[in-house]
Amino acid sequence: MKIAVLSGKGGTGKTTVSASLAASIGHCQYIDCDVEEPNGALFLNPQITDASPVNVLVPYVDEQRCDGCGACAKACRFNAIAVVKGKVLIFPEVCHHCGACVIACPKDAITEVEREIGVVEADSESSFLQGRLNIGEPITIPIIHQLKRLTRDDVPVVMDCSPGASCTVVQTIDGCDYCILVTEPTPFGLHDLKIAVSLVRKMDIPFGVVINKAMPEDQSIQTYCKQESIVVLMEIPYMREIAESYSNGMLPVQMNEDLRNRFVQLYDSIKEGAAS
Amino acid sequence: MKQIVFISGKGGTGKSTVVASLSLLVQNKIMADCDVDAPNLHLLLDGKRLCEDDYYGAEQAVVDTEACISCGNCIEVCRFDAISEDIEIQTMKCEGCGACVLACPVDAISMTDVKTGQTYVDDTQRGTFSHALLDIGAEGSGRLVTEVKENLFGFLNGEEWAIVDGSPGIGCSVIASITGADAVVVVCEPTKSGQSDMERVLSVARHFGIPAYVCINKYDLNLRMTAGIDHFCEKNGVPVVGKICFEPEIVKALQKLQTPMEAGIKNVEREIERLWSSLKSELAAKR
Amino acid sequence: MKIAVSAKGNTMESDMDQRFGRAASFIIVDAQTMEYEAIDNTSAASSGGAGISAAQLVAEKDAEAVITGNVGPNAMNVLKAANIAIYKGAAVSVKENVEQFNKGTLEKIQTNVPAHFGMGGKE
Repeated sequence: MKIAVLSGKGGTGKTTVSASLAASIGHCQYIDCDVEEPNGALFLNPQITDASPVNVLVPYVDEQRCDGCGACAKACRFNAIAVVKGKVLIFPEVCHHCGACVIACPKDAITEVEREIGVVEADSESSFLQGRLNIGEPITIPIIHQLKRLTRDDVPVVMDCSPGASCTVVQTIDGCDYCILVTEPTPFGLHDLKIAVSLVRKMDIPFGVVINKAMPEDQSIQTYCKQESIVVLMEIPYMREIAESYSNGMLPVQMNEDLRNRFVQLYDSIKEGAAS
Repeated sequence: MKQIVFISGKGGTGKSTVVASLSLLVQNKIMADCDVDAPNLHLLLDGKRLCEDDYYGAEQAVVDTEACISCGNCIEVCRFDAISEDIEIQTMKCEGCGACVLACPVDAISMTDVKTGQTYVDDTQRGTFSHALLDIGAEGSGRLVTEVKENLFGFLNGEEWAIVDGSPGIGCSVIASITGADAVVVVCEPTKSGQSDMERVLSVARHFGIPAYVCINKYDLNLRMTAGIDHFCEKNGVPVVGKICFEPEIVKALQKLQTPMEAGIKNVEREIERLWSSLKSELAAKR
Repeated sequence: MKIAVSAKGNTMESDMDQRFGRAASFIIVDAQTMEYEAIDNTSAASSGGAGISAAQLVAEKDAEAVITGNVGPNAMNVLKAANIAIYKGAAVSVKENVEQFNKGTLEKIQTNVPAHFGMGGKE
């Protein structure tokens, strides 16, 4: 069973929830798909034994064959190739690795070479995976795809998404069996939760909500979920001790047995829900 | 005009709250929310809508089913798995690269512009404010961020400051947000993930040659970690321009859509004032 | 000698546009005769890489120099490859900028502003 944890708004506790869930299930695979700012490792402390570069293909022009016709520049919809005065200039960070230039070249002068944009790291059993984007690189998707290719099917899988609802999140949750949406009881939290709900509904993935830093005085999330017939899977109360231990890299389930049991129950209820 | 962009690396550190507070404090300015994915600043900034536009930020392939001869060349060249066996374009996967257009022997595929978001410019009582919302699951957040800034500068009328609320992360949205900035302020929190993410986003600012400053929000949540961040910043020549305390009253204020200033949280108000004057001194010293 | 000036409008009286990649148009001026041609900057609508595309546009018109406000690193590379010199213009009309160029009072732009990124776009 593949469970993705997303949030809409950043800082609601996505990684806290995903890492807590993984720690509580025990025998599972945790995949940190927040490749811009991966944090799962800070809490789960895996022993990373394997690191593989994530490469993308960018064009390389054989100057002997090239006659400066400019067909490649015209074909590229991302302006990653410029041809001026017969010279070909390539802008690899802008390249979308689509191969249109290769197809367009009438002289077969373009081949493709690999360029590294990030890395995928794993522990020895592949029970912990994380992707990390290189600084200055704009595009994350190829790393997400590489992580997805390493998904196991013999154990439950928990995927931590990046914040927001952009194409990175879309690619991460695509193919998952269930989505946990983590939110907080603030107007920002509710606003962004609605965005995340629209996304999982558009992608037709079953989902439920976890309310983190819950406060009895604010029931705005609960009210919204009731109106929309969305199941509230769990409420984690706001507690300064949780915030403080989190700041030191400790998960709430590591200091609170009751919470740990609740996360186990959360997983069981998701499994049963999926089965019904 | 000086453009200051507030970023964080990690989400939820309080960027939007700080920017909204500055909107009350700083005169003679324009503002933008470059978190087009999950924008929040507009919830705190009320204003009169000056313009609202559809944004066409991507292209998608469209197949002319009558002309199509089902040869499958397009499926072969598509690297994004965006064409089904029945030669149907999977819109959520199509990158708009046009490889299929080139590969089609009968010119049955063309490209069409696709709406990816909505842009807005408001006249708040605190200055012109540009923001946008990316359509659900759409691509091209970076491009939409660029558009938000272009729209903002279109309304520039001699203001001294452009205060920009950025997005979490380090990818295309953040890069687009910090482009052209005179300075970035990283709003971080004294947590393990907060520091880790702050370091990564500072590297991005350095990569693009933009002066960076740090503001530690909720600093008294963990004084040891705050000291660690202070130390890191000192070692790396990054001035810490502000420290804001961990104040549960802020959450209560936000729930009423009020900034700490409006809610009368005096200690936080003073700390934000100090942040701004510190930042101004640093920028003046740089010149 | 032909000069391309980034502009907000289509005549010599139009203000210079500070932006290169997303300028509204380019006025291609013969510096000696002051005859000119206005071309719409089709790159301005680009989702990304507007500067790269604008630089090619200007090169295709055989401009030998560009007068503008800011140029991103990628656009700069394209202009350099095309041996097009880049000059820093002032916030005055296209005509006044060309006059200043002829007098030799405009400075060359050697360094560029940081990259202007759209998703997959750089100016």
